[in-house]
Amino acid sequence: MPKRVDNPPMNLLEQSYVPEILRGLGKTVGHFFRGLSGTNYHNEMDAWFLEKGNVTLQYPEEKQPYAPRYRAQHRLMLREDGHVRCVACMCCSTICPANCIHITAAEHDDPSIEKYPEQFVIDELRCIHCGFCVEACPCDAIRMDTGEHVRVFTERDEAYFDRNELASRGALSAAVQGGDPMWREEEADGEGERSSPERAQS
Amino acid sequence: MLIETLIILLKISVVILGFVLSAGGLMTLIERKQSALIQNRVGPNRANLRGHLQGEAFSKSLRLGGLFHMLADSLKMLFKEDIIPAKAHKLLFQLAPMIMLFPALVLFAVIPWTDQYCPGGALLVVNGQDVCFEEPANYFSIAELDVGLLYVFAIASLSIYGIAIGGWASNNKYSLLGALRASAQMLSYEVPMALSILGIVLIYGSLNLNEIAREQGELLFGILPKWGVFLQPVALLLFFTASLAENKRAPFDLPEAESEISHGYNIEYTGLKFGMFMLAEFIGPVFIGALIATLFFGGWQVPYLYGDGFRMPFEGMYVVFALLFLAVAAYFASVGYQRRQRLPMVVAALFVLHVIAFAVMAYYQKEGVLRLPYPVVMALRIGAMMTKIALLTWLQFMLRWTLPRFRYDQIMRLGWKVLLPLALLNLLVTAILYPIFAH
Repeated sequence: MPKRVDNPPMNLLEQSYVPEILRGLGKTVGHFFRGLSGTNYHNEMDAWFLEKGNVTLQYPEEKQPYAPRYRAQHRLMLREDGHVRCVACMCCSTICPANCIHITAAEHDDPSIEKYPEQFVIDELRCIHCGFCVEACPCDAIRMDTGEHVRVFTERDEAYFDRNELASRGALSAAVQGGDPMWREEEADGEGERSSPERAQS
Repeated sequence: MLIETLIILLKISVVILGFVLSAGGLMTLIERKQSALIQNRVGPNRANLRGHLQGEAFSKSLRLGGLFHMLADSLKMLFKEDIIPAKAHKLLFQLAPMIMLFPALVLFAVIPWTDQYCPGGALLVVNGQDVCFEEPANYFSIAELDVGLLYVFAIASLSIYGIAIGGWASNNKYSLLGALRASAQMLSYEVPMALSILGIVLIYGSLNLNEIAREQGELLFGILPKWGVFLQPVALLLFFTASLAENKRAPFDLPEAESEISHGYNIEYTGLKFGMFMLAEFIGPVFIGALIATLFFGGWQVPYLYGDGFRMPFEGMYVVFALLFLAVAAYFASVGYQRRQRLPMVVAALFVLHVIAFAVMAYYQKEGVLRLPYPVVMALRIGAMMTKIALLTWLQFMLRWTLPRFRYDQIMRLGWKVLLPLALLNLLVTAILYPIFAH
């Protein structure tokens, strides 16, 4: 059985709409004055001319602070000698769902490092900023913590960010390449106390 | 003769260039800014007189909350390409914006900005009206016509031609539909608009707008100013509604309903021609504000202010006003303290200034009259007229963002079946009751 809705007939006052229009006017006037009497301003002059009674951010001047884990423009981290930390293990380009990381590996002079990326190109037109490359990287070589937006480009060529460009934002990483040496010795000894708090601190 | 012509030209240029056109430009901004505030937005504020500034330099920007969007908009319209559709009627298409804008500007000729100027200075007050010693000079309205109200209705209905011609000449379905809607609506609402005003004409016994304003200086029961609002409240409601429809303002803006006929009759217009249409539309509310102020709110009258100064109806009036203003100031100040806001504090300060002014007035009052120099009285009256116009225009914009648009048949029903009988009834009741109570 369908629900019955009673629409009581309007009386003369309701039919005239005047009280309801006044109520509506009261609402809009209230919003108007609330908007007029704003506090959030960034320029004395504008405050005088009643800029803001609301929460709108004036974008180019005011920016929403991003979360620390915000995935922004990539960068390649550096060793102490200034070269990129990347060992061209291909983990990032393998996991990349957008297929946007292109690495050409080459042999490194240092036998303990084995490989380095001769070319490391990220196609920013394809990148979906998922952050999987950062998760996959075993030696803290790629990060997305610059907080910068990818710069505007007008030509497709400009969208390929090469190794030097990515490394130009780079910095020294606190991580130890290849893991903590002490830790490796213990693993070799077979004790395997990886998660002890003292070790983690050192 | 030459001097008189020069004075008339000066009056025209001051009123049209100095007030009407700039007010029309300002309205384009005010409407957007006001709607923004109502909808909790910021509204246009990017136009910067010092150019595009970023970073540290941004604090030096000069934007005044978007005031320069007026300039930017009009400059933009000046430099837009002027397109005439290939199949449009060339002559009529170009003529329509002029026919539209002309009456909107010419209407202001009869608005009395303040009373006639008495060169003699000293004045007597008889029956709430100033009496000049010498022949008064008409400096404060462009033309004081004895048929002022008839002139208003005659000229106002001319703007239908602009819309109808423009809509037809554009050779576009939507513009034709918009023009048809506009002409039907404006024709229908002219009837209740004119009829609702007849009660006012009966009471004040004149069609001359300045005469009507001057009549409203008397007091009702010795206290209340004899304004049209108090004598003809129903007429005010009817006239306000009908004039909104006459101006095609929301909720009666279906001649340009964006969602149905995509801006209606001016859809094919670009550049300054479109600007002229818009200017005429934005001048409309200002004129309606001025007309309602004149007919219903005493025009240039400041309550209890006469040609020689303030005359309060009874001694304690200043105290009553001062207490009233103090209460309002206290309210605004408390709001301001809680939210640390600036505007309420400014408003409160203004009210406190008013209280001081009233105190000073009470102190200097002699023999029941606070004598004021004649130019000060005139300046106060012009200020009162401007304030009334501003408030009434604000109310019209406020209504636009409060009410949704009517349907076409609802508009016709409201006009013919509600407003027209009510206006006739109002006229009948006024005609019966006014002679009884007036004597």
